[in-house]
Amino acid sequence: MDNILDLIFSVSFVFSVLRLTTPILFAALSSVISERAGIGNITMEGTMLISAFTGVVVSAWTGSAWIGFLAAVVIGGLTGWLLSYIIFKLVVNDILAGTAVNLIGSGGTVFFLFALTGVRGISTSLSSKVMPSVDIPVIKDIPILGEMISGHNLLTYLSFVAVFIIWYLLFKTSTGLRIRAVGENPGAAESVGINVYKTKTIALVIAGVLSGIGGAYMSMGYVSWFVKDITAGRGWIGIAAAAMSGQHPVLAMVASILFGIADAVANTLQTINLPSQLVLMIPYVVTLLAMSLYAYIDLKRKKRSSF
Amino acid sequence: MSEILRVEHVVKVYGNGVMANKDINFSADRGEIHAICGENGAGKSTLMKMLYGIEQPSEGSIYVKGEKVELTSSAKAIKKGIGMVHQHFMLVPSLTVAENVVLGVEPKKGLRFHKEEAIRMTQEIADKYNLPVPAEEKVENITVGLKQRVEIIKALLKGAEILILDEPTTVLTPQETEELFKQLKNLKKEGHTILFISHKLYEVKALCDKVTIMRSGKMIGTRNVSEVTEADISRMMVGRDVVEVIEKEKASPGETILSVKGLVSKNSVGKKMLDGVSLKVRKGEILGLAGVEGNGQHDLLEAIAGMAEITDGKIEMEGKDITGHSIREIRAAGISHIPEDRMITGTAKRMSIRENLLAGRHRKKDYTGKLLLKQDKVTADADELITEYLVKCSNQQQEVGMLSGGNIQKVVVAREFSNEPHLILIDQPTRGIDIGAAEFIRKRLIQLRDEGKAVLLNSADLNEVLGLSDSLAVFCNGKIAGYFEDASQLTEEELGLYMLGVKKQDAEEIERKFHECGEK
Repeated sequence: MDNILDLIFSVSFVFSVLRLTTPILFAALSSVISERAGIGNITMEGTMLISAFTGVVVSAWTGSAWIGFLAAVVIGGLTGWLLSYIIFKLVVNDILAGTAVNLIGSGGTVFFLFALTGVRGISTSLSSKVMPSVDIPVIKDIPILGEMISGHNLLTYLSFVAVFIIWYLLFKTSTGLRIRAVGENPGAAESVGINVYKTKTIALVIAGVLSGIGGAYMSMGYVSWFVKDITAGRGWIGIAAAAMSGQHPVLAMVASILFGIADAVANTLQTINLPSQLVLMIPYVVTLLAMSLYAYIDLKRKKRSSF
Repeated sequence: MSEILRVEHVVKVYGNGVMANKDINFSADRGEIHAICGENGAGKSTLMKMLYGIEQPSEGSIYVKGEKVELTSSAKAIKKGIGMVHQHFMLVPSLTVAENVVLGVEPKKGLRFHKEEAIRMTQEIADKYNLPVPAEEKVENITVGLKQRVEIIKALLKGAEILILDEPTTVLTPQETEELFKQLKNLKKEGHTILFISHKLYEVKALCDKVTIMRSGKMIGTRNVSEVTEADISRMMVGRDVVEVIEKEKASPGETILSVKGLVSKNSVGKKMLDGVSLKVRKGEILGLAGVEGNGQHDLLEAIAGMAEITDGKIEMEGKDITGHSIREIRAAGISHIPEDRMITGTAKRMSIRENLLAGRHRKKDYTGKLLLKQDKVTADADELITEYLVKCSNQQQEVGMLSGGNIQKVVVAREFSNEPHLILIDQPTRGIDIGAAEFIRKRLIQLRDEGKAVLLNSADLNEVLGLSDSLAVFCNGKIAGYFEDASQLTEEELGLYMLGVKKQDAEEIERKFHECGEK
């Protein structure tokens, strides 16, 4: 038991929490902005896969991590735009359209991987690049804290900056005001001359970009290759984190860290003598419990407010 | 006074062929409060929607300040100085008052939304027109009266010179209404024009300068309010263009079958829809419920059918208390219900005619086998009903939603009439259906009456309610304003006065009349 606690209360554990929080946080922010615009967007998983794959292929092809990253972001944004077109112009149910994107994400990436490399499962034959890790000046020299916080992948830092950016966008800019208005009462927004379609498209493109960055992180930071279903449900966990936060970026960050911790615990416990199947269950069990608890509290609150 | 708005020869035909406005002509001057009066379905809302760019006229033109305008969107209407306060507020609850006010024209400071400026802009309008609002409070936390004020400020901020208010007082308390009137008179003094849509005549008398009356899509006329009485307006609003004669024998009512005592019911937002309604329905009579829509007739039927929550009062069916019973129990007590909306509550439109005919009696012994339904019996009965009620369809497997309105209504009627009911609740039996189907349904209804069934009928169609009913209860404000044992004695004009609250019988008198006829 001491052994386990030692593992968990260690510097490297905190480091890995941040590392594992990153993709969940991007997916959560993506979900927050979609939900605020009143769209049931479930494409985080699929978009992350598409972008993860695109980042690897383009970076290998151009030899530049940055161009690969940019391609991943652009394709994420395009996916968001396409989703908006399908849902609002072609009037397809949002869950159906989202499921299609997710299926393309998991099946299409494997298909193109095979078409490009002749290998079905993994992209190691491509010499893809990774995004740089960054040492933060001053902080890196502080003992313990420096080891925990410094030296992360650039995109990990970006995920926490993105929390602030999305918060600012939603609550401090007129675009955010319009997104919230459109999400809550599209009729009201339309009656004052706001273009509802345009506003929702903006939200979905931003959501796509966020998922895209999350995907790029998976294949160009967390690891340095693409593998079938590399996201392993992190897109879905992100949606759960967003729902628990009541669609607030800062609280979504807190929820994402909670899931990051669960992930890190699972990873850490794998090194000791426990059945790995059981250990790997931890993040998903935590998600399930957290969602149930949230649903219960929400129900109580609604009941109270209805009296 | 100079003219600011003119509507010339406007016609509106909806996609489904319904002509909602026929050759409308009217004009409003700067600085006047102009009432648009008419019953539900008279075409007021369609006209207002065209003025606010939500709908476009099929023919005719609209002029604002002498200039011909094409109002193809609300944004365009706003630009031309037209603002609208909808009956259902167009506000975003989680945003603050100021944020709601500036939505669409948000002030910016660099990248930021300039919150302080938004508050200042709101405050400025609020002060100028004496419309105080808590600018920084979230809209979800303010009262209905304040919400309406926010809507007015919203329109004024966008430069509205013509303000359309769609039945603004329906959601207000009397005090709030008084306050609103003061504010509207204030706006008038500032040179704004107000189009006030209402069918409450005392409000029109109290507030407005002019009144334009519409009836069944047509303009009946414009009058100076000071030169007409409430009775005059009512006479113009209520009336039939063509009197259709519905042939029937005189009723010979029997004993009381349903008795309702002091019924109170509230809608989902807590507004009292029924305020102490008492009545009796006898065997072999059609008791008609008349009134301007939204005055409780529909709510009474829903309450009896078990579809609305009853907060007080008692319903007795054949001497048995059925208050608060489940819909299934109520139906089992011998009550059939043909609801107002055949597409939502009357049928499951994606299911077949056969399944819709079976609904509600699928538990009957005739149909249930040991495990599965007796399909042959279901099929045979469905075919029989289709033939009997002349439902035009390819076969009984056809989806109900694919049928015409008249045929869908026939499916509902076939199901409900064939349930061996003792009492039939029927809400808008022939709304929006073809003449043939309407005539068929009315004939069946009279036939059932002659067989000794009791019928409680609500209809907004004056021809129907006057022609079909043997006796008549007129509703106003959730109460019965008058009861007439012999409906054929009642003139339209008289009916209009009761419907619009100009005349009223007192409660005791109504009760006594019901009592007398129940005894007979």
